[in-house]
Amino acid sequence: MSRGYQTIAVHTDRCDGCGKCVEACATLKTGSPATGRSRIKVAGDRTRASFGLAVCRQCAEPRCVSCCPSGALNRDEQSGIVTWSEEKCVACGLCTLACPYGGISWDPVSGKVMKCDQCEGNPGCVGACDRGALELTTSSAIYDTWGDAEDLIVPGISACLGCNSELLLRHTLRRIGSEVVLATPPGCIAGVGSVGYNGRTATKVPVFHPLLTNTASMLAGARRYYNRIGRDVTMLALAGDGGTADVGFQALSGAAERGEQMIYICVDNEGYMNTGVQRSGTTPYGSWTSTTPVGSKLRGKARDAKPMALLMALHHCEYVATASTAFMHDYYAKLDKAIAASKHGMAYIHVFSPCPTGWRFSPGMLVEVARKAVEANMVPLWEYELDVDRISFTRSVENPVPVKEYLSLIGKFRHLDDEQVQHIQDTTDRHIELLKRFTEQRLHDNGSLSS
Amino acid sequence: MDRTKYLIAGASHAGLSALEAIRAYDEHGPVVLVSQEDALPYSPTILYHVVSGRTDPGSAYLRDDDYFARRDVTFLRGARVVSVDPEARSVSLESGDRIEFEKLLLATGARPLLPRIAGLSSVPYHVLRTLDDAVRIRSELTRHGSVAILGGGLIGLHCAESFAEHGLEVTVLEVESALLPGYFDGAAARFIESAFREHGVKILTSAKVTEIAKEGDGISLALEDRPPVRAGMLLVTVGVTPRIDFLAGSGIDTGEGVLVDESMKTNLGHVWAAGDVAQAQDFFGETRILNPILPDAVDQGRVAGMAMADDPYVQSYQGAVSQNFFQFVGHHAFAVGKSTIGEDQGEYEIAAHLDEDEARYWKLVFRDGLLEGAAGINSGLDPGIMWQLVVRRQKLGDLREQFLEDPIQAGRVAMSRWWR
Repeated sequence: MSRGYQTIAVHTDRCDGCGKCVEACATLKTGSPATGRSRIKVAGDRTRASFGLAVCRQCAEPRCVSCCPSGALNRDEQSGIVTWSEEKCVACGLCTLACPYGGISWDPVSGKVMKCDQCEGNPGCVGACDRGALELTTSSAIYDTWGDAEDLIVPGISACLGCNSELLLRHTLRRIGSEVVLATPPGCIAGVGSVGYNGRTATKVPVFHPLLTNTASMLAGARRYYNRIGRDVTMLALAGDGGTADVGFQALSGAAERGEQMIYICVDNEGYMNTGVQRSGTTPYGSWTSTTPVGSKLRGKARDAKPMALLMALHHCEYVATASTAFMHDYYAKLDKAIAASKHGMAYIHVFSPCPTGWRFSPGMLVEVARKAVEANMVPLWEYELDVDRISFTRSVENPVPVKEYLSLIGKFRHLDDEQVQHIQDTTDRHIELLKRFTEQRLHDNGSLSS
Repeated sequence: MDRTKYLIAGASHAGLSALEAIRAYDEHGPVVLVSQEDALPYSPTILYHVVSGRTDPGSAYLRDDDYFARRDVTFLRGARVVSVDPEARSVSLESGDRIEFEKLLLATGARPLLPRIAGLSSVPYHVLRTLDDAVRIRSELTRHGSVAILGGGLIGLHCAESFAEHGLEVTVLEVESALLPGYFDGAAARFIESAFREHGVKILTSAKVTEIAKEGDGISLALEDRPPVRAGMLLVTVGVTPRIDFLAGSGIDTGEGVLVDESMKTNLGHVWAAGDVAQAQDFFGETRILNPILPDAVDQGRVAGMAMADDPYVQSYQGAVSQNFFQFVGHHAFAVGKSTIGEDQGEYEIAAHLDEDEARYWKLVFRDGLLEGAAGINSGLDPGIMWQLVVRRQKLGDLREQFLEDPIQAGRVAMSRWWR
């Protein structure tokens, strides 16, 4: 598998054109803040009052390198950075013609070209940006670490186009490995083929199909058997929100309270997407589902979702976390902790899992929806470790985008009126406040929630 | 006799680009790359930097032997193809060896064009197309006090600049009315000409040479309408022409170059051509044209390589667009597309800006709301962004006003909006 590389991600929607990145780059590279020699350039769009950023993309197949007649430009296979050799450069300028992004440009002072080299892994422009418009993305590291591990799900499973569950299945099993027993109760994960079609299963690991009600109980029993025979095998549940928060909750709650050793992952697509898009206990307020229709009286679901992850944290679990597939490096870090925690007790991860089919959005928008929910604080990313006994955010919840930006991406929220949007904004804000309290205050201090 | 799946004749940008494209899709298919010169691959564009002394001839190479070894490619140097037999699917080399192929890429490049001027063949003169040419010119520089350069294009002017820096008396003779015809016109051409004059280079435009003859230790060039030019050394840089002579009788269709379709394939199903040797679709018109410039060789080579490897992601060649970058006596210039369209050509709209104090100039050529050409001197414009706007046929819409006032910013905004 080819390598992944860190990259400078550009979020133009957060850029206000302040130019601090430009000055930081120029200062770092030339000793003077004069912007003409900066490797990063900000351009103001007058008609739309927005900004564009021109900086080297460190292309995988860089045209500037192909068009360099002197061998001065090369791509470093290890770092992925397109390097420039001042010694070999003949200043022909053809690279500036070859690059479609304005990523390499003429330096009027040196009479040569200049381009971004990512400042040896610590880009000055990123450090100077206080609006999060520039971000050094290092998530590629997980592909370098785990990319060569075997994909334990066969190709060609029957997931819908753009299915988040498939993404999650493949990544989760790749990380956890084959010393595992997988339980997939009725739901999308089972439906995409993990427990079989035509007499075969899509998994390359032992898998079973518990009832919707007893996933955690069955895994608890299996783990106790392996403990008795002295084998360390990870018990893994990949269950939907119905099998977790609704009818499966009693088994899960009991197993958590008993400290059963397992990783229980709730793949929360906010309803019964596999059986015709019915509402569940985690369906958010205002959502259209086939059982919370939109008509003259009903305007989608009238009740708020239950805060499953927080409920689990209150169960004395070893480890509890929330995750989104748009933040894969965050998910992998949480899987690492969950694997360790499952040696001692319950590890619970609640993964936000947008569903293009049931929620009505284009399959190509999956990761964008998964990202926007986090950016809007609808899905705050946090974790709880029993020995710390506090919640800690793994991504800042400050400066969120309005929930409306997230809601507007999705068909099931299309009917919402201003009042409903405000309700969602208010409950989102209140939930964040509640979580923030638990970042300061222990959950189980004196066995009481009162401060 | 050797056999191979892919045979690439020519080891400069088009050939190397095709090789990369083939290997991106077909990791193990046998590839033989032949070069007529007994040298590692290099770019013709490096040669005037060898002449000037900027680049050491020993470090002018684009690839080393290890590169080919790691990709399992057989690289044969000093292997000039002298004939192609498409029926037998084989080529003959100068050495008498033959190589059989399944698929052949002709990337044999161009050779210097020689003007039909009486007496040229009877005098010693230089051309600049190979590394040997460059080394020879450099070794002779100190032996002469003056040089005449026939042709005021990119190669001639680059050499003129470094000859002048070496203390030679330099005269450039251009048959057209301005330097760098095809790239610059009007104010830009005048600026470039005066910059060279200030650099100590004598420029003669509209200069029709009628006869060339030896005169003492040097050479004399007779002109139609003015006194003759005398120089110790003569360099001929009037252009290049595809190397296709060896294809005579092969059945491969040729015009000025090797005629190819949108996947760079010739009239024969198993022979492709790319780079300076190819005559391919014009971006703006219906005809097939020569476009002997480096970036186009890279693009054509990639299309050909992908097509040869049956890579399903191959895209049609987008068409030849004139484009170049020119660094000269402390200034830099670029031109893309229809950069020399004049005000008098009615269907076009031209925006130009000249700042004489800052020696800054730009020109944009629009038609039907699309950018079709751009040129600049010390302009700060991103040439690659202008090129993309042309080839994408991007409607500028509400950005148009900003383009006329501040094309640098507008170009970056366009990139950020439409293809970031």
